[in-house]
Amino acid sequence: MTAEENKNDQWELWEVFLQGKTGEAHIHAGSLRAADKEMALQNARDVYSRREKFENIWVVKSKDIIASTQKDNDSFFGTVEDKIYRHPQFYKLPDGMKNEFKK
Amino acid sequence: MPENNIVLEKEFEKRLIQQEKIEPRDWMPEKYRNQLIRLISQHAHSEIIGMLPEGNWITRAPSLRRKIALLAKVQDEAGHGLYLYCAAETLGTTREEMFDQLHEGKAKYSSIFNYPTLTWADIGMIGWLVDGAAIINQTTMARCSYGPYSRSLLRICKEENFHKIQGMEIVGVLCSGTKEQREMAQESFNRWWWPTLMMFGPHDSNSPNSGELLKWKIKMKSNDELRQRFIDITVEQAKVFGLEIPDPNLNYNQKTGKWDTGEINWEEFYNVINGNGLCNKERLGARKNAHFGNSWVRDAATTYENKKNNLKAA
Repeated sequence: MTAEENKNDQWELWEVFLQGKTGEAHIHAGSLRAADKEMALQNARDVYSRREKFENIWVVKSKDIIASTQKDNDSFFGTVEDKIYRHPQFYKLPDGMKNEFKK
Repeated sequence: MPENNIVLEKEFEKRLIQQEKIEPRDWMPEKYRNQLIRLISQHAHSEIIGMLPEGNWITRAPSLRRKIALLAKVQDEAGHGLYLYCAAETLGTTREEMFDQLHEGKAKYSSIFNYPTLTWADIGMIGWLVDGAAIINQTTMARCSYGPYSRSLLRICKEENFHKIQGMEIVGVLCSGTKEQREMAQESFNRWWWPTLMMFGPHDSNSPNSGELLKWKIKMKSNDELRQRFIDITVEQAKVFGLEIPDPNLNYNQKTGKWDTGEINWEEFYNVINGNGLCNKERLGARKNAHFGNSWVRDAATTYENKKNNLKAA
């Protein structure tokens, strides 16, 4: 805990990610405060899985998440949308050629 | 306003027009931030204070089926409070600041929770009317411009539906029961109808902040629009229950296709908001007892965590 957080005597803020079924990606569900990781996991279960059974829960301290800033989006993501040659639709196949991967 | 802020504010408003959501780290006008903190923290306080009138009936619920429903509902409200406090915290305020304001009587919460729950029928009415009104507000607000608030509301709306339906089941059973049960339902309805209409806030003509809030999409529809929607839905539902709306001036307006009501008692509304409702002192007292009476649990958890960290460091 930093001095700043200590002053407010607030517990650490955690972000909660839920995985619905095995093989699926974890999806952000929300946040909560907890004194330690066990409490974070238990609170996440109690608050965010009240109506559904999930396969797995991740909790991550919010301060450990590194995020890009919206303000810099243009320069950060650059000209990716112009790079249509990274998609299969950019390429032409001979007439009559079957493409079993199409859509 | 510095030159730079004018440019930023133009950018900001352009994003709103394009239906973009604003996220915590994005630039936003200070006034937008402050309005949101006020709005979201009031909403969070309402969820937490809202546990009290219903908690009053958990031990006296008439059957196990009713008791588990009420327990689950009150637990949900605690969760809703948590989602919302977290959403408000993303704007730079702290949980402690918000609690302090609530405990010192500086922060507002929904006026409806300052009314007492006198009979079992009140628990049905709260689900049907109070949660029904909240759903109308919140489903509209879920489209608001602030990402964390919008996401919390989506989650809340999903859960509120159960709150409303379980309340309607209670009212339905009473209304098809004995004469005493039907009277109990009607008496309770008479007490909750008007305070529920007040939940939507003052008339548009008396709501000075509305213009700016609408422009910034932290309010999506006006107080009167939302109230009217609630009235039109609820009048029809009351007919099915066989309940009489306690308003001699209630009248179906052929021109608008909507129900006109008599005037709301605004004196009562402001009286309750300013702390003089039937239960304001009791609610705040119970809230403070819960918070300060439980401080040893929070202290113990913090001490335990610090002790573990110190052991690791040693």
